[in-house]
Amino acid sequence: MKPKMDWSRREFLGGSCAMCALAAMPAVPSSLWLSPPRRVKGLHLVEARHYEKLQNRKIRCKLCPRECVIDDQERGYCGVRENRGGTYYTLVHSRPVTYHVDPIEKKPLFHFLPGTVAFSIATVGCNVECKFCQNWQISQVRPEQVEAFDMPPDMVAEYAKQSGSPTIAYTYTEPVIFQEYVYDCAVAGKKKGVRSVMISNGFIQKDPMDELCTVLDAVKIDLKAFTERFYKELVAGELKPVLDTLKLLVKRGMWTEIVYLMIPTKNDSKSEIREMCKWIVGELGPDVPVHFTRFYPQYRLRNLPPTPVSTLRAAREIALEEGIHFAYVGNVPGDPGENTYCPNCHTVLIRRVGFEILENNLVNGRCPKCHTEIPGVWS
Amino acid sequence: MERREFLKIVTTGPFLIGLTAKSASPKQNPLKSVTRDGKSRVAVARDPDVWRGKRLNEKRVGELLDKAMVAAFGVARPEEAWEGLFSRGETVGIKVNCLAGRHMSTSQELVWAIVERLKKVGVSARRIIVWDRLNKDLEKAGYKLRFYGPGVRVYGNDHAGYYPRLFVAGEVGSLVSNVAVKECDALIDVPILKDHGIVGVTIALKNYFGAIHNPNKYHNDIGDPYVADANLIPPLRNKTRLIICDAFLAQCDGGPPFMPQWAWKYNGLLVSTDPVALDTVGWKIIEDRRKEVGLPSLKEAGREPTYIATAADAAHRLGQHDWSRIETVEI
Repeated sequence: MKPKMDWSRREFLGGSCAMCALAAMPAVPSSLWLSPPRRVKGLHLVEARHYEKLQNRKIRCKLCPRECVIDDQERGYCGVRENRGGTYYTLVHSRPVTYHVDPIEKKPLFHFLPGTVAFSIATVGCNVECKFCQNWQISQVRPEQVEAFDMPPDMVAEYAKQSGSPTIAYTYTEPVIFQEYVYDCAVAGKKKGVRSVMISNGFIQKDPMDELCTVLDAVKIDLKAFTERFYKELVAGELKPVLDTLKLLVKRGMWTEIVYLMIPTKNDSKSEIREMCKWIVGELGPDVPVHFTRFYPQYRLRNLPPTPVSTLRAAREIALEEGIHFAYVGNVPGDPGENTYCPNCHTVLIRRVGFEILENNLVNGRCPKCHTEIPGVWS
Repeated sequence: MERREFLKIVTTGPFLIGLTAKSASPKQNPLKSVTRDGKSRVAVARDPDVWRGKRLNEKRVGELLDKAMVAAFGVARPEEAWEGLFSRGETVGIKVNCLAGRHMSTSQELVWAIVERLKKVGVSARRIIVWDRLNKDLEKAGYKLRFYGPGVRVYGNDHAGYYPRLFVAGEVGSLVSNVAVKECDALIDVPILKDHGIVGVTIALKNYFGAIHNPNKYHNDIGDPYVADANLIPPLRNKTRLIICDAFLAQCDGGPPFMPQWAWKYNGLLVSTDPVALDTVGWKIIEDRRKEVGLPSLKEAGREPTYIATAADAAHRLGQHDWSRIETVEI
């Protein structure tokens, strides 16, 4: 059977970028593919795991810091969890709306099994509303508004294995809002020797994140700015809980990388970047990679230009000055800032163009020249 | 007919029919419920005998609606008001609120009374759409879904779909139901009079959260300014010609779900073309009832519906919130 190339809206809208990403995919023997998953409509209810019951059939969601108090028959801010008669349900468990095999570099995770692919899934929904969202057609909608696939955790794990992906990635929208599904897929993956990574905004409470830490292998956090004002005005979220999540991840020993999307005039001041880098070095340590990525006008923020490459390079320089060992420039294919350099002798360890690895010179996770151990998950 | 003209018609005609059922000539300068000195008029019509046991008396509902229309528009006969609002050949959407199920939703007796009056001014049944957020909401409230056929259509946004253009108004960015954007020339907002546990009250302005695809994103900060912003979305703002609030059974606390202990028979209708003035009057009715039964004011409860004032500010201008600019006519 021919592999199913089921394009999500993101890929479709992403145009040439997505094509490049798919072109970088390794060939998958078509005979290994399972039947495509069934497309389904209608809501699929699984009781949520993090909430408390209140009086008058109300509930309080304990998944993200919003703590939505939800009346009977109503949904929380994310739009994918519903109170029915005082019992709270997730409506998206086993109902991804898109699935793909992506290079792990696309997440981006640069220090996690470089050159491999991740079986990537997403359900609808998000617990924030970034005015610059790239995937708003799936992140800002409700389950009944988009056709989904029937894909229980075991099937996700099997797809990942059959497609040659050593990893399942929960990505594109916001995995926090499908936390139970992430957990169950990660458990199913582990049984088949498939790892799991989460690409998240980090806007989650401690308990559900702690639970996920027991089954995940890496997390990438979108740190969207370093001011509460930005989070309030452009994200409809809060900064502090995200910083708390980052600290929790590092404390748990989770492999963590940070992406900072630089939006002209909104979060790109040198002072903000410097302050953030100081915080990262002080609270998380110098080995957490930071990716400064390029903004393109999207969704409700179309009045700003793409980030100048010079701004991204300047941010990277600031990060290196402040002691961050691995600072990257993102969404600028071919920029030297995409490469991984040894923090000790500055030898090029991994040379990249876009999502493609041109050279990987690491030897057992060490610099081939000075033998410095490079933090990451390399095998 | 020239060959070229013929081909143009046969190729574009079906496309246009498929795209929209709208009339070629929507009503120009529809009536407004305003006084001679420019105040917004809100008719509050009540009838203690509108209920027959647990059901509404259809005849009395119709009569009350007629009285309310006459009072709201200052006309001699209700037909004059309907004729001043809608034209033959137009497609009219009736936006109901059925979230809370059979007991606390826009009543069918009222909706069918509205339908009959639309038909009398020449709006054909197949050009009337009774709609809400979801098919299941309508069904739970007792409506029978009807997607096709010669009669009145009844369906949710999940059947109609959303117009694929993002409408941005203030802080709101939403897709809007095809019923409002593509299918209708005119809208009648037919909310209920109810407390809302997050935004204070849900009446006319809040009812249009059921027309957008992402209302869950806009309940923060007691819905202010989001509720007002949503009502700025052009198809909603420009097409709404009439608001008829079903206040036969109202609810002063515990909303949006139906809470019988907080529901009371108000036995009335509120009619206006000004959603802000109508919400201002409706909010007061709820506050009065809360006081009567010993509940704190909505402000004291931490959910004063400030979005109503915002809807009247210079950035929105959706209607009047100042009592000196509102004339309430009680019947």
